[in-house]
Amino acid sequence: MEWKGRDIISIRDFSKEDIEFVLETAERLERELREKGHLEYAKGKILATLFFEPSTRTRLSFESAMHRLGGAVIGFAEASTTSVKKGESLRDTIKTVEQYSDVIVIRHPKEGAARLAAEVAEIPVINAGDGSNQHPTQTLLDLYTIKKEFGRIDGLKIGLLGDLKYGRTTHSLAEALSFYDVELYLISPELLRMPRHIVEELRERGVKVKETSDLEAVIGELDVLYVTRIQKERFPDEQEYLKVKGSYQVNLAILAKAKENLKVMHPLPRVDEIHPEVDGTPHAIYFKQVFNGVPVRMALLGLVLGVI
Amino acid sequence: MAELKVSAIREGTVIDHISAGKGLKVIEILGLGRLNGGAVLLAMNVPSKKLGRKDIVKVEGRFLSEEEVNKIALIAPSATVNIIRDYKVVEKFKVEVPDVIEGILRCANPNCITNHEYVTTKFYVINKEPLKVRCYYCERTMEEDEILANL
Ligand SMILES: [Zn+2]
Repeated sequence: MEWKGRDIISIRDFSKEDIEFVLETAERLERELREKGHLEYAKGKILATLFFEPSTRTRLSFESAMHRLGGAVIGFAEASTTSVKKGESLRDTIKTVEQYSDVIVIRHPKEGAARLAAEVAEIPVINAGDGSNQHPTQTLLDLYTIKKEFGRIDGLKIGLLGDLKYGRTTHSLAEALSFYDVELYLISPELLRMPRHIVEELRERGVKVKETSDLEAVIGELDVLYVTRIQKERFPDEQEYLKVKGSYQVNLAILAKAKENLKVMHPLPRVDEIHPEVDGTPHAIYFKQVFNGVPVRMALLGLVLGVI
Repeated sequence: MAELKVSAIREGTVIDHISAGKGLKVIEILGLGRLNGGAVLLAMNVPSKKLGRKDIVKVEGRFLSEEEVNKIALIAPSATVNIIRDYKVVEKFKVEVPDVIEGILRCANPNCITNHEYVTTKFYVINKEPLKVRCYYCERTMEEDEILANL
């Protein structure tokens, strides 16, 4: 696989070998960074971060990754301050910005915007979230986190908890995990079950899938519990949201039934689905997960720039 | 009913073996109902050995582009196209659903970038029968009903 110049748009474009290669590269860069304090691989290169909708933490994670690689960053954090507001097309914005930079990271509220940007641009484009469609770097950092904690992904029992219906992160994580020999527990309120076609696809790919709405009943079996927030903004109607709001919470009482080395993950930000009392326990790895976003994004930036 | 001979027009196209009920849709998407076009004949629910019942569309003085043939394939994958010259069938072929559909279909996802910006749409065919496609841009899948509504 040629990485230099490659676009990172959808986890669908990745093979298992691609995923493994990114994870190994991230591991290597994290080690080098720890030893040397600062890397110079991307010296003289410029990253443009185009955030047509705000997502401060994802943007900071990419910017941090580029700086740690020794590169520079330009960009905007919301469309309202740019010529997009004046009606400029995405196509024109991309054609313009690529004159200033070597790689583009894009976040856009419309599904497919990142793919279109990649079609238009001669330089590599990385998708940092397009509407409710894809956020591939989140999935890669989730996998990196699991691998770092357990030394492997195969053989694990992984629970996905929360909004599995509208949750973009759980869809692509489940899809990526289907490359591995894992057992998936899909835990959600009845109204927020994983879409049928995804469950069928997982089963077709040989993943053992168990669906339940009872976290307590299965928590004792899990190695990883991946918790997601119920996103009010994704609900077509408020009544439906109110029915499921606050329907689950991970707290010390429920963790008392868990395996000693159960790891709790969350893509953050959280609302009330993980009680803050969990933060101090060895189960909580969601802030480490945030940290892991940096080496994973360093790996992707370095690979598509062809500098590592 | 008397036998419907495909060669009953002098020059033009006969689209045969359209699954029953889809003939009107074929006329609609080819824009054949327009006043300045040639004569169009539609036969509906005609007995057929292959399909039980079928529709037939005959268009006088008109031949189809590749894009139009691809459109028909999406509506009526069983259809055959007969090209008529001087009352004779000079060419006959079965329509075929292409692996990639470019430009002729809108995406059913209202939040898809292709519905907001000038983009030639592109869909990968995941399954031909029943038809199922995936938008290259937003990755949403569309099945038969949605495809027909967005041609
Ligand atoms: Zn689309």
